[in-house]
Amino acid sequence: MSTLIVAEHDNAELKPATLNAVTAAGQLPGETHVLIAGSGCGAAAEAAAKVAGVDKVLKADDAAYDHHLAENLAPLVAKLAADYSHVIAAATTSGKNVMPRAAALLDVQQVSDISAIEGEDTFVRPIYAGNALATVKSSDAVKVLTIRATAFDAAPAEGGSAAVEAVESTGDTGLAAFKGQELTKSERPELTTAGIVISGGRGMQSGENFAMLERVADKLGAAVGASRAAVDAGYVPNDYQVGQTGKVVAPDLYVAVGISGAIQHLAGMKDSKVIVAINKDEEAPIFQVADYGLVADLFEAVPELEKELG
Amino acid sequence: MKVLVPIKRVIDANVKVRVKADNTGVETANVKMAMNPFCEIAVEEAVRLKEAGTASEVIVVSAGAAQAQETLRTGLAMGADRGILIQCDSDPEPLAVAKLLKAVVEKEGPELVILGKQAVDNDNNQTGQMLAALLGWPQGTFISKVEKTDGSFAITREVDGGLEKLEIKAPAVVTTDLRLNEPRYASLPNIMKAKKKPIDTMTPADLGVDVSPRLTVVSVTEPPARKAGVKVASVAELVDKLRNEAKVI
Ligand SMILES: Cc1cc2nc3c(=O)[nH]c(=O)nc-3n(C[C@H](O)[C@H](O)[C@H](O)COP(=O)(O)OP(=O)(O)OC[C@H]3O[C@@H](n4cnc5c(N)ncnc54)[C@H](O)[C@@H]3O)c2cc1C
Ligand SMILES: Cc1cc2nc3c(=O)[nH]c(=O)nc-3n(C[C@H](O)[C@H](O)[C@H](O)COP(=O)(O)OP(=O)(O)OC[C@H]3O[C@@H](n4cnc5c(N)ncnc54)[C@H](O)[C@@H]3O)c2cc1C
Repeated sequence: MSTLIVAEHDNAELKPATLNAVTAAGQLPGETHVLIAGSGCGAAAEAAAKVAGVDKVLKADDAAYDHHLAENLAPLVAKLAADYSHVIAAATTSGKNVMPRAAALLDVQQVSDISAIEGEDTFVRPIYAGNALATVKSSDAVKVLTIRATAFDAAPAEGGSAAVEAVESTGDTGLAAFKGQELTKSERPELTTAGIVISGGRGMQSGENFAMLERVADKLGAAVGASRAAVDAGYVPNDYQVGQTGKVVAPDLYVAVGISGAIQHLAGMKDSKVIVAINKDEEAPIFQVADYGLVADLFEAVPELEKELG
Repeated sequence: MKVLVPIKRVIDANVKVRVKADNTGVETANVKMAMNPFCEIAVEEAVRLKEAGTASEVIVVSAGAAQAQETLRTGLAMGADRGILIQCDSDPEPLAVAKLLKAVVEKEGPELVILGKQAVDNDNNQTGQMLAALLGWPQGTFISKVEKTDGSFAITREVDGGLEKLEIKAPAVVTTDLRLNEPRYASLPNIMKAKKKPIDTMTPADLGVDVSPRLTVVSVTEPPARKAGVKVASVAELVDKLRNEAKVI
C-alpha cells in the first residue's frame, strides 16, 4: 500500500512544509502520491511532480477547493483514502484544519503532529508542551497523520518526474464561503523554514521597538518571531507566535530577546541547533536552554548587535 | 440559540509535568488540575453571547472521570446555565469524544458548539473538526472572532499567514484561539451560585457510543534534555562565538 500526501500550496507553488511531508512519506512502505486540490492549480501540480521521491500526483482542479475549505476538501481526502495505507499532511494550520475532519469521515483516530516514524503503525509525538514524548500504535486500517515539519528534512524540490493524473471533484458542500484574508506581508524568510529566527517578547515593550529586531534580522537573513505575550499585547500579528500553540521552529540559530522562556514558548523552539538569549534577568528560565546567554538590557544590546554585524 | 461548550479537565498549564518512572504516562497524582485554557476561552465567548442576548442558554459538557464535575462547576461559575458529565473510565480519544458530543448535540439541539482549538495536555487539535465532520456541519477553527448573522456565522481565523475570514452556515462548530477573548475569573458569589446549578450525569453506554481506543500508548519518555551553555560578557563576544565557535552566522 502507499501513502497519500495532502499538499499545501497556493495553486502556483508548494508550501515548504509539503517537502518535509514527502520525506516522512519516504519512511513509510509503498509509493508516495501527492494530492493537489485547488482552483487553477496546474502549476502547483507540476511543481509537486518534480519533487524527488514523489511517484504520482493527483490533481483535483475545482473552484470548490480554492482556499482549501475543510468542508469541501475533507470528503475528497476521505474518498481517495480508500486506496492508501497512510494519509499525511504537515501540521500547519491548514493540515490541522482539514485532516481531523477527513479522519472522522473515515472513522479513524488521527495521530497528530508526529516527530518520528517507528514503523508502519507506530509513531512518536510530543505531548504536554514537549515535556514528554509518547510512542503510540494505531489499530486503524488507514493511518491518518499530521507531521511536525521541523522533525523531517525537506525533500529536494527538483529531481522527480512523476505523472500528473486528474481526479474528479467531490463538489461544493455549500457549508462555508471564503470572505477574505489579511496576510502578513514580509520580504523576510518564512518563520518555520528560516535558517535563523530572531524573536521578541514582552520585554520589547512596543510594536515600534520590533523595528530594532527587524534591522538585525535583515543583516542575518533571518525571520522575526515573537512570544505569545508580544502577540497578545498587539506588538506583532498572530502569525509571529512561536510555541506550543503557535508555530514550531527549529532553525540553525534562534535568538530570544526579552523572552522569559515559559514552557509553552520553549515547546516551539527548543529543537533549534543554537539558542541565544538576551535578557536582563539572569534568573530567566530561557538561560537554562540557551547555548549563549547575554545578561543585558536589550535596548542597549540589540543596537550594538546590529552594529557588530556590520 | 442554545450554545454547547465541551470542556476538558487537564493538568494546569503552569505545572511542569514529569514522566512516570515506568514510562507508562505522566505523573498525575497530587498534580494541580484545571480547565483547559482554550476551553475557558470557549466558555467566556458563550457567556458573552448570552449576555449580548444572542444566546438563550449555555450548556457545558465534559467527558472524563467523576472529577470532571469540578471543571463543569468552574464553567457554571463563569456563567454557563447547566452541565452534562459523561462519565468515562479512562480518557476517551478525540474521535470517541466527538462521537459522544454528537449524541449530546442530537439531544440538545444547539445552534453553535464552541470548543477549544486544542487541549494543552495531549495537544491533539482534533475534537472540534471531528465533531463537525460527524454532524455534517461547517467548522470555524482557530477563531479570533465570531459574529452571528442571518442564518450563518461570520468568523475570523488565525492561520499561518495571518487572518482568514469565512462565512459558515448555522448550525456550526467553532474552535477558539488565544485572541478570541480574555476569560473572566469566577467571582465568589458566582461560585456559590454555581453549586446549585444542575449537572446531568450519563455514560457512553447511555448515549450508545463505543469509546474503545484505537491507539495504544507504547511508552511515554522524557525528551532529550538540552543543557545550558555559557554566559557571554558582551555583544562582541557573542558575535565572535556565533561566527567562530558555533559557525551559524
Ligand atoms: C494555553 C496557553 C498557551 C500558550 N501558548 C504559548 C505559545 O504558543 N507561545 C508562547 O510564547 N507563549 C505561550 N503561552 C504563554 C506563556 O506561558 C508565557 O506567558 C509567555 O511565553 C511569556 O512571554 P514573554 O516571555 O515574552 O513575557 P514575560 O514572561 O513577561 O517575559 C519578559 C522577559 O523580558 C525580560 N525583559 C524585560 N525588559 C527587558 C529589557 N529591557 N532587556 C532585556 N530583557 C528584558 C524580562 O526579564 C522577562 O524575562 C501560552 C500560555 C497558555 C496558558
Ligand atoms: C500518556 C498518554 C498519551 C496519549 N497519547 C495519545 C495520542 O497520541 N493520541 C491520542 O489521540 N490520544 C492519546 N491519548 C489519549 C488522550 O487522553 C486523549 O486523546 C485526549 O484526552 C483527547 O485529546 P485532546 O484533549 O488533546 O483533544 P483536542 O482535540 O486537542 O481537544 C480540543 C477541544 O475538544 C474538547 N474536548 C476534548 N476532550 C474533551 C473531553 N473529554 N470532554 C469534553 N470536551 C473535550 C475541548 O473543548 C478541547 O478544548 C494519550 C493519553 C495518555 C495518558
